[in-house]
Amino acid sequence: MNPFVAKTKTRKRKDQASVVIFAVATYLLVACAVGIFFKIASAGAPILFASEDSFINWDFLTKNPETLVVFEIEEGEKIRMDQTDFTEWKKENPGVEVLNEKTHAYTGGGILGPLVGTAMLVVTCMVVALVVGVSASVYLNEYARKGLLMNAIRLAIMNLAGVPSVVFGLFGFALFCLSDWWPALTYTINEERTMGYFAIPLTDGYLSFQGWGSGSSLFAGGLTLAVMVLPVIIAACEESLKAVPKGFREASLALGASKWQCIRTAVLPYATPGILTASILGVTRVAGETAPIMFTAAVADKAKLPWEEAEGNGLFWLSDVMMQSVQALPYHIYTFARLPNTEETAATQNGTVFVFLMLVSVFAGLSIFLRIFFRNKLKW
Amino acid sequence: MNDPSTILESQDVAAPTSGTIIDIDDLSFSYDLGKTNTLRNISLDIPAGKVTAFIGPSGCGKSTLIRCLNRMNDLVDTAKVTSGKISIMGQDIHAPDVDAIELRKHVGMVFQKYNPFPKSIYENVAYGLRVQGIKKKSILDQAVEESLQKSALWSEVKDRLNTSALGLSGGQQQRLCIARTIAVKPQIVLMDEPCSALDPIATARIEELIAELQQDFTIVIVTHNMQQATRVSDRTAFFYLGELVEYDDTQAIFGNPSKKQTEDYVSGRFG
Repeated sequence: MNPFVAKTKTRKRKDQASVVIFAVATYLLVACAVGIFFKIASAGAPILFASEDSFINWDFLTKNPETLVVFEIEEGEKIRMDQTDFTEWKKENPGVEVLNEKTHAYTGGGILGPLVGTAMLVVTCMVVALVVGVSASVYLNEYARKGLLMNAIRLAIMNLAGVPSVVFGLFGFALFCLSDWWPALTYTINEERTMGYFAIPLTDGYLSFQGWGSGSSLFAGGLTLAVMVLPVIIAACEESLKAVPKGFREASLALGASKWQCIRTAVLPYATPGILTASILGVTRVAGETAPIMFTAAVADKAKLPWEEAEGNGLFWLSDVMMQSVQALPYHIYTFARLPNTEETAATQNGTVFVFLMLVSVFAGLSIFLRIFFRNKLKW
Repeated sequence: MNDPSTILESQDVAAPTSGTIIDIDDLSFSYDLGKTNTLRNISLDIPAGKVTAFIGPSGCGKSTLIRCLNRMNDLVDTAKVTSGKISIMGQDIHAPDVDAIELRKHVGMVFQKYNPFPKSIYENVAYGLRVQGIKKKSILDQAVEESLQKSALWSEVKDRLNTSALGLSGGQQQRLCIARTIAVKPQIVLMDEPCSALDPIATARIEELIAELQQDFTIVIVTHNMQQATRVSDRTAFFYLGELVEYDDTQAIFGNPSKKQTEDYVSGRFG
């Protein structure tokens, strides 16, 4: 008689059943992720990649979105042309009869504007979010006395992370776009001062601080995104700071370093990998948000890039660039999504989504790479 | 040594070579703003140029006391000296015009777990001088070599000063921490169980080092290891439950203790 044989069958069955449930849940999730990725990749990759020449469809990445014109000259032979090309083509071929002319908004050209806009929004946001976030987390973790107040502040920050992004969007719109007390540096060349609070006459114009007005701008969008991503950045930075061994702080202070010297030389350098990883994950989140920028920064249609429209020199030019509205990838996709879906538009839509997905994947991959790189380099 | 404002300011303060360098007077200390006292009414004088050992079972407050001496306990928000005072070289170290940063340049500390920075050996030793704003390469070079020689590490590391300190063995890392501490030229070196993470051979080397350092520094060492106290120290203080039980010459503490508790502890009957 085997003394180790199972006494009851039910326990064993329950055991097996639980494994199956956990496994099914896991693989279902994996299947969803893989499914989404393959759907987008299979539909979108052909738009981005070409089978000949440079293998990448550079026009898609380097042209601004345009209206696509589809027409026929002879029965059944479709010709696709961007609006500007079509206008010129018509000038050159005045006699040709155009049949079945159809236009598709935003479908022609490429996605340069949205790409650039998203990049600029992300950079603006991360600069602000990192400076504020790292400072705040250093204060919370290194300086502030532990107590009720600090717990309340932490709770408030954590709650901020749970606020829906559209609320951030409206908040940013109210704070950065509607109220006119946020000053912006404006430079008017050879003109009378208009409505600036202060106007400093310079050789060929006036430097003044004017309200941002109700227009959407890079600055407003970047700040709104920064406010949204701050809780995530602060939480991650605090974790990274906590992971720095107490021994480093003690050794540094015991050698006669001031608190700030200690933080600067014995804490922050060793927290940098974590902060970097967190900020890149923050970038992926910020890059994908639509709601915060749809009121504050993004426009559906814009012929020129922000720096092409900006005026002035030096700092004023930079200030003016920051005051421009931009196109942005997620908002572009949102705009697409509301258009009637046809064979023509679908291709560009899929391509845009695919590029977007690639962009986010690259950022996520970069954060993984950095984490491994620093983990190998900085060990204690 | 009477003008309090100048005493801890200059790095070139001449440390007394004999007599009392640290004077602890009726010190009570609390980690929770005075609700309970971790240390109670401690009074002892630590002689200059000697090695003084603090012994006692875990939780008796010996580490707490040594961390009071360079105000390391300032890092704990709720830490508070509830009564008494500590004078180092005649100056009350809790006086309002004493800067803890300046104090720590004179009272160095070596920790239980060796904790070199993940930087090069050179940068570890130069750290204390760099935070003081010394940038001149020749001064740093000289201080690094001198400190490493004094801590008996120079011959082992002189060819790899620019490699990571974390590549050293545990004992070497702890000696590097000692070199880092003495590079700042303190008068007093506090050691909080410096050998508890080391093997017997590395421990022996640190003990030899302590005997040599005694010529230049006043050393206060906390140790769990009673044999170590007998080997390295001139004076020994025995603590129990936050109180100083007995403080005497090391030979007297171990050979002929005057209190029953001390005798029980040093003979291994408890603790």
